[in-house]
Amino acid sequence: MGLSSYISLKDVVFSRSGRRIFNGVSAEIPRGKITAIMGPSGSGKTTLLRLIGGQLRQDSGSILVDGHSISELRRKELYKFREKMGMLFQSGALFTDLSVYENVAFPMRVHTKLPEDMIHDIVLMKLEAVGLRGARKLMPSELSGGMNRRVALARSIALDPELIMYDEPFAGQDPIGMGVLVKLIRDLNSSMGLTSVLVSHDVKESLSICHYACIIADGKVIGTGTPAELQDHPSEQVQQFLNGHPDGPVPFHYPSSAASEDFGLSGGVS
Amino acid sequence: MIDRIASLGHSGVDFIISFGHAGRFLAGVLSGVPRPATGFPLLMKQLYSVGVLSLAIIVVSGLFIGMVLGLQGYTILSDFGSEAAIGQMIALTLVRELGPVVTALLFAGRAGSALTAEIGLMKATEQLSSMEMMGVDPLRRVIAPRLWAGFIAMPVLAIIFSVVGIWGGMLVGVEWLGVFEGSYWGNMQASVDFWDDVINGVIKSVAFGFVCAWIAVYQGYDCVPTSAGISSATTKTVVYSSLAVLGLDFVLTAVMFGNF
Repeated sequence: MGLSSYISLKDVVFSRSGRRIFNGVSAEIPRGKITAIMGPSGSGKTTLLRLIGGQLRQDSGSILVDGHSISELRRKELYKFREKMGMLFQSGALFTDLSVYENVAFPMRVHTKLPEDMIHDIVLMKLEAVGLRGARKLMPSELSGGMNRRVALARSIALDPELIMYDEPFAGQDPIGMGVLVKLIRDLNSSMGLTSVLVSHDVKESLSICHYACIIADGKVIGTGTPAELQDHPSEQVQQFLNGHPDGPVPFHYPSSAASEDFGLSGGVS
Repeated sequence: MIDRIASLGHSGVDFIISFGHAGRFLAGVLSGVPRPATGFPLLMKQLYSVGVLSLAIIVVSGLFIGMVLGLQGYTILSDFGSEAAIGQMIALTLVRELGPVVTALLFAGRAGSALTAEIGLMKATEQLSSMEMMGVDPLRRVIAPRLWAGFIAMPVLAIIFSVVGIWGGMLVGVEWLGVFEGSYWGNMQASVDFWDDVINGVIKSVAFGFVCAWIAVYQGYDCVPTSAGISSATTKTVVYSSLAVLGLDFVLTAVMFGNF
């Protein structure tokens, strides 16, 4: 890619419950850019984020984040390292017993010794950035799905991380909510210089904001490049995914025995 | 037949593996020095949740069990003309056995199930994962305060249960059935030994508190993060805690009071 990588995945192999999820995944995620990781449902996109965040450990291969091998960090070092990361979960994952304000203040209260008035100002700035300064007194149960995700975004940038990972940020959003999130992801990346990793299967929205994209299927990377490069990618599987064709390398029909057998036609089906 | 034996073997192995996981989980929770500045407020919050909010059920149950003991004790002892020993009987029954055991069973039903459901729901809604990704260890932040709160609250609740029970027994025995008040308290004072009875009862409730809280937090943390998984984990908490308390009670009673 010609840019320094913030995250480097090399020959990553990972299995869970006897099922091989990744079979030699290699990818470079450039510093300060938005990289979309896309792929069909169940292809292991979220698992990849968890591997990068050190919540799971690969069976073999290496994952370097900012030059550190995540799987080799000790527990305490890993937790310290995660202070440089932010993650937006698909559900938002707000603490339900804390107000919006307290949710955003949480990382600062835990990791810093900032005085209360400074925490107050930072929280309001972060909420202002996501357009929810006026909702600071609400509880998570009083928020809509989109607001919930925006508060979670404000919380994930509370400590000004170097890396932010978005897990299916557009899932279940109405067009307005989706537009707001697209704008926020783009603005945060440009204003804060964050390295952003966006996991999604919303092709249009993801390609509209990412600098690079990486498509995963069948446990490996099947295509990588800029959005323009991917549109012209020679792989049929990449084209099927990007254009949403119902049949192709990923077949419409689930593997089955011959139709003539199931329908009891001895002479075959014409 | 062979299949049944194999299935029994698998169950045994699964149990041992699960016990090993629970032990490793406990070591993770208890390792590390707690920071008083952040840990104390969290502990107080949990003490309120599992301890103070359990007071109502503990007090009401203690009162009725004490009153029932008074009635039953009076009926039996009066046949031998020994109704004056009712205070001794109620106190020893409550302090040695019913106080710690019934408190633990009630605790498992009220606070233990709530702990499991709360932690399980935090897992299902990715709150624990998000905490990890913020560089906050959920074992220290979420699990440890709840475990310690259960451990501390149980003996206090058991003492309150026994005190209220003794008072309930007095209401029935002395106020209602007419046992001489001096006999009620005097016999109790003469027969209940502080170290052999009261402290042994407290030791039992400390052990029960530890076991019940451990089971509750582990089941929540280890549950399958779905509604069915949380439901199953909550049920397991109550069942396993009850069985563990009753089994442990037999062992502790044999050690403390058995004259072998």
